[in-house]
Amino acid sequence: MFKFLIKGLLRDRSRSIFPILVVIVGVLITVYFVAFMNGFVESMIKQNANLDTGHVKVVTRAYAEVISQKPFDLSLLDITDDMQQWKTRYPQLEWAPRITFGALLDVPDSTGSTLVQGEVAGMAVDLFSSSKEIKRLRLTKALRKGSLPAKSGQVLVSEALFDKLNLKLGQRVTLISSTVFGAMTLRDFEISGTVTFGVQALDRGGVIADISDVRRMLDMQDGASEILGYFTNADYKDKTARNLALDFNKTYSDSTDEYSPIMLTLSQQNDLGAMLNLFDSSLAITLFIFVGLMSIVLWNSGLMNGIRRYGEFGVRLAMGEQKKHLYRWLVMEAAVIGFFGTVIGTGLGLLISMYLQVYGFDMSAYTQNSTLLYDNVIYAHITPSCYYIGFIPGLLAVIAGAMLSGISIYKRKTSQLFKELET
Amino acid sequence: MKKLIMIISMAICLTLLNAVFPDGNELLKKIDDNMLSKTMKATYTMTVQTKRATRTMVSVNWSQGTEKGFSEYTAPAREKGTKMLKDGDNLWIYDPNTDRIIQISGNMLKQSVMGSDLSYEDFMEETTMQESYSALVTGEEIYQERDCWVLMLAAKKPDISYQTIKVFVDKERFLPLYEERYAKSGKLLKTTQVQEVMQVKDRWYPKQMLYKDALKEGKGTLFTIDKIEFDVKIPAYIFTKASLKK
Repeated sequence: MFKFLIKGLLRDRSRSIFPILVVIVGVLITVYFVAFMNGFVESMIKQNANLDTGHVKVVTRAYAEVISQKPFDLSLLDITDDMQQWKTRYPQLEWAPRITFGALLDVPDSTGSTLVQGEVAGMAVDLFSSSKEIKRLRLTKALRKGSLPAKSGQVLVSEALFDKLNLKLGQRVTLISSTVFGAMTLRDFEISGTVTFGVQALDRGGVIADISDVRRMLDMQDGASEILGYFTNADYKDKTARNLALDFNKTYSDSTDEYSPIMLTLSQQNDLGAMLNLFDSSLAITLFIFVGLMSIVLWNSGLMNGIRRYGEFGVRLAMGEQKKHLYRWLVMEAAVIGFFGTVIGTGLGLLISMYLQVYGFDMSAYTQNSTLLYDNVIYAHITPSCYYIGFIPGLLAVIAGAMLSGISIYKRKTSQLFKELET
Repeated sequence: MKKLIMIISMAICLTLLNAVFPDGNELLKKIDDNMLSKTMKATYTMTVQTKRATRTMVSVNWSQGTEKGFSEYTAPAREKGTKMLKDGDNLWIYDPNTDRIIQISGNMLKQSVMGSDLSYEDFMEETTMQESYSALVTGEEIYQERDCWVLMLAAKKPDISYQTIKVFVDKERFLPLYEERYAKSGKLLKTTQVQEVMQVKDRWYPKQMLYKDALKEGKGTLFTIDKIEFDVKIPAYIFTKASLKK
């Protein structure tokens, strides 16, 4: 029967060509959209985790309340012993203490007087005792001029800041800030290189220094404003992170002490939880819209086809074929069209997604004023779901379209058949 | 008619007030005479009591009128060698770690001095109380067992940091014992409580004061004068930028 059905579809191409094209386009867009969104969300999670949130983050309770201001005067102090305990209790995590601070970068002239000043957003990370932070921040890739800091007292500045203040490699600059106790503090640094993160929010005026230098500068020996935790398998699972945070806070956090530590998960920071939920629902919404739109188009196409095949249906009914059999036949035809359309659409969608998985899509033109942390170049990511997700709109829409347009078969009256055929 | 009665009543009240209380501006002059000197050299201990820690700093200070001032921090080790020079509208800070002299200006003036409850702006006050404020005595209070006049000071210029100050002034010693400093909006910004006084020759001077920034958490900054000399001879080079690096 299927052989006969397929023969019919192949021989009378006007029956199948338009529906199959609609299915191909719809499925192609769906597969591409899913792969692109996968890449976008993964990029956002990875970028946020690496640059700002970690998979989990430990801060003081007071700091957590105003975390968007990054108030380093509410930092964790004397953390070595605490961190040792956390390392033992949570071996699945790697810890990365960081300090974020605001400062003035003061450039002296030959007499030592201020030549030019600029506001900077400083980030202090462990640059020397391990290379993990260098990898997380992709500093080697982000390096534009000079080299990474090789010794204490060297800093990296953003390329934009370097150009704006007309700085030179090897030049000595002074960072002016406040200590953790609020006193003014100055420290000289040498510019070892420049970086571009490809993230507008960071490229505007960033300075990266080793945490030991910044601890000395800010009078916070053995302290950190944030301690980021990363799962050793590099995979963020929100439920696992939430359970871990629950255990940590039950064990180490004291609600009566505002300087006691509290653990936050990635999804509890920067409204990322809401955003991840939004992306999840956007996929369902998109599929729903595609099924709806394609059904309407295919319904219309079915009706057009029905008019074209009016005579054929009439003859088949006159020959004794039952209406319900004819209706099922139409639905099966649609299913076959849907299947082949989906296979072709998925293939084409995967091809485009594969291209974007390798070469990416440059979104920098659309992210000029963005404060969100994601790569300017978004790479699609093909996951197993991309191979089957197209079948949902591809089959559902085409079958729904055929079922809607096929209703007209039941309205057909065989008594009028010959009259119709005569005309 | 009602208006006339009100004006007459107010005039009578003000006349009575003037008859009972001394003239505020004259009182301000007496305060200035007591507090200011031609030159001064003093050693201060400043104890900053934040929520997390208490830190104590010692500094030697020279001043000439309200125009010029020079401070050198001698303890603790982290702050040792830090110097500040005030000359009129200018304020410079010298950091021994970087060997840099930085001019403090603009928004930086609002920053805290060494993490204390005092801002650089507080150090920059370069006019006498009489020049900056007009005063009205509004009542009497007993503060730390001393009879005080309550003075309300209103800034004469809009660019003065504290637009209104409420002061309790010792009636006999003309020493401000308690101050509340307000912004133009009426928000309380700072309080100063004199906790201990001392007599230096013929003048009474605060020995220990507690400054509290109302916008900051913490117990405030305790300011103790360990040693003070008035009208001493100060070499002119002290108030030059060159002395910062010496």
